[in-house]
Amino acid sequence: MAQVFDVPLYAYRRSPDQDAAMPVRHPVVVIGAGPVGLALAIDLAQHDVPVVVLDDNDKVSFGSRAICFAKRPLEILDRLGCGTPMVDKGVVWNTGKVFFGDRKVYEFNLLPESGHKRPAFINLQQFYLEQFLVERLRQLQDEGKPVDLRGRNKVSEISHDAGGAKLTIDTPDGAYALEADWVVACDGANSPVRNMMGLDFVGRVFEDNFLIADVRMDAEFPTERWFWFDPPFNRGQSALLHKQPDGVWRIDLQLGWDIDRDKEKRPEKVIPRLKTMLGEDVKFELEWVSVYTFQCRRMERFRHGRVLFAGDSAHQVSPFGARGANSGIQDADNLAWKLKLVIDGLSPDTLLDSYEFERVLAADENILNSSRSTDFITPKSEMSRVFRDAVLDLSEKFGLARPLVNSGRLSVPSIYDGSPLNGADADGLPAVTRPGAPAVDAPLADGWLLDRLGGRFQLITIGANAPGKIEAAGISAELLDLSGEPGSELRQRYLGEHSAAIYLMRPDQHVAARWLAYDEGAAQAALTAAAGH
Amino acid sequence: MSELTRNANIARPDDFYAELLAIHEGRSKAESDAINARLILLLANHIGDRTILREALQAAASGPV
Repeated sequence: MAQVFDVPLYAYRRSPDQDAAMPVRHPVVVIGAGPVGLALAIDLAQHDVPVVVLDDNDKVSFGSRAICFAKRPLEILDRLGCGTPMVDKGVVWNTGKVFFGDRKVYEFNLLPESGHKRPAFINLQQFYLEQFLVERLRQLQDEGKPVDLRGRNKVSEISHDAGGAKLTIDTPDGAYALEADWVVACDGANSPVRNMMGLDFVGRVFEDNFLIADVRMDAEFPTERWFWFDPPFNRGQSALLHKQPDGVWRIDLQLGWDIDRDKEKRPEKVIPRLKTMLGEDVKFELEWVSVYTFQCRRMERFRHGRVLFAGDSAHQVSPFGARGANSGIQDADNLAWKLKLVIDGLSPDTLLDSYEFERVLAADENILNSSRSTDFITPKSEMSRVFRDAVLDLSEKFGLARPLVNSGRLSVPSIYDGSPLNGADADGLPAVTRPGAPAVDAPLADGWLLDRLGGRFQLITIGANAPGKIEAAGISAELLDLSGEPGSELRQRYLGEHSAAIYLMRPDQHVAARWLAYDEGAAQAALTAAAGH
Repeated sequence: MSELTRNANIARPDDFYAELLAIHEGRSKAESDAINARLILLLANHIGDRTILREALQAAASGPV
C-alpha cells in the first residue's frame, strides 16, 4: 500500500525565478516545509505577506514522528484553518497509566478543564499534520494568496547583511539564486542553514538509545497512555505505549547506550522484543521503526540579523513531554505577526528581538522540563535510580509521591513574563490571563472565545466601556465587547473577583496588557509597546 | 518565618535511634538504600515547606563540620 510519505506532495516545478536575469527578491523565504515552516507560511499568507517556502524534499516527513499535539498548538492551527481536520482525525486521550516492574502503580486522568473548544491533547501522526497544512496552503493559493511551495529546492549557500539575504538553491534543473528581505530557517534539528552560517547549537547529550516502533494491530488496549518503568519485557529500561489513528500504536522502548543501533532496527530483532511486550498471540505489522538518541540544546540566539530560526533548528528537546513540534508551531505563531508588522513598515525591526526573547524563554522552559523527565526516566547515577524507584514504590500506595513521578510533563504554553512587549497589569485579575499569557479559551453564547481572537490587535471589554477602535503608531486595535456574555468561565478566567476588565490582545492571541477600566492614553501606550515601539 | 530546627526535638532519642536502625536490620545495602530513599521522601512531603527542605538539603550536603 502506498503510504502518504511515499507520494510527492509538492513535486518539483520549475519556477519563473529560475529563468530571471537577476535574482528575484522576496519579502520572506522560509526554508523547510515541515510543520513549523508550513505553519509560518500559512500565517503570513493569510495576512497577505508574500512568502516562498523551500524544501529539499517533496514529500511529508517519513514515519509517524511527532504524534502528540497539545491544546495550544491546536488553537493556533484553528487560526490557521487546520484545527478541525486535526481533531477530527486525531485520537483524544485522557487516562495515563504508570507501571513499575510488573505492577500498575497508579493511573491519572488529565481531566481537561471544561469550557475549552479543544482537548488537552490529541494523538496524530505528524504526516497528517503536514498533509493538512499543505492542503490549507493550496487552498490559500487558490484564493490568490501570495504563497509558493517549492519542492526539491535545496539551499546550498546563504549570506546575509543588514539589508537582506542571498541564497543559492540547487534544483533538479540546476542552481539558481534568490534574495530575501527575511529568511526563516525551519530546517530541523540538523539545520543546514545553521551549519552553513557556522552557528553553535550547544546543550546536553543524553547517552541513551530509544527504539520507536509504530505497529498496526487490532488490539484490545484502551485509548490511554501507558508508561512502564523497568518492565519485565524490557528490564532496567522504560517503555511507552500510545495509540494513534488508523489502528497504529506507538511503542517506545529504551535500549540503553551500548547497543548496535543498526542491528536493533532490524525486524528480526524488533519483532521478538515486541512479542515479549504485547504477548505472543497479538498480531501486528511494523509500520515504522527508528532508533534515536537525543539532546537538549538550543541556539544562543534565534535571530541573526535578517535570518531567524524557528522550531527544531533553534532548539531541540527529548521527546518526553511532546515539546518539539508543539513548541515549533508556537514559534511560528509568535513570529508571523511580527514579521508582518516589520515588513509593512509599522514596527521597527527590533520587534523581532522580542521573538527571540519570548521563544528563548519558552525553549528554556521546554528544555528544563524535558531534561528533568529524562533524568527521571533514565537515572544517571545509582542514587538517582534509588530515589526514582522509591518515588515509584511510594506512588502505588500514597498520593504524596505521585506528583514526583515524571514520565514526561506534557506541553503547556509558556507565559512570556518580562517580555518587552508586555504592558500594564491590574491587581486582582486572574494570573492565568496576565500580560504575556496566551488567551485562555472560554465558551461564548455563540461559539468560542478563541475563534473570535487573533490575526490583529484587539481590545476585549467585559463590563467596561471602550471605543470601537483605538489607534497608536499607525496600528489599530478593534473592540470585542463581551459584556453581554453570560458564561461563568469567561468571568472566572478574565475577571476573577472583579466585575469589569479590559484586555489588549496581540495578533497571536496573547495578552499584551489589561486594566480594570478604559483609559485612552494607557491603551495607546500599551498598543505602541506591544507593536515593539 | 519558619526555619529548620537545629536543636534537639525528638523525645526519647535513644528509642528513636534504635527504631531507625531496626528497620535496616538484616537488610542488604540495596534494600537499605531504598528504605532510606522512601523515608526521605515521606519526611520531605510531611515537612512540605520548600525553605525548610532547602535548608535541610544544604545542611546535609555540607557534611560534618
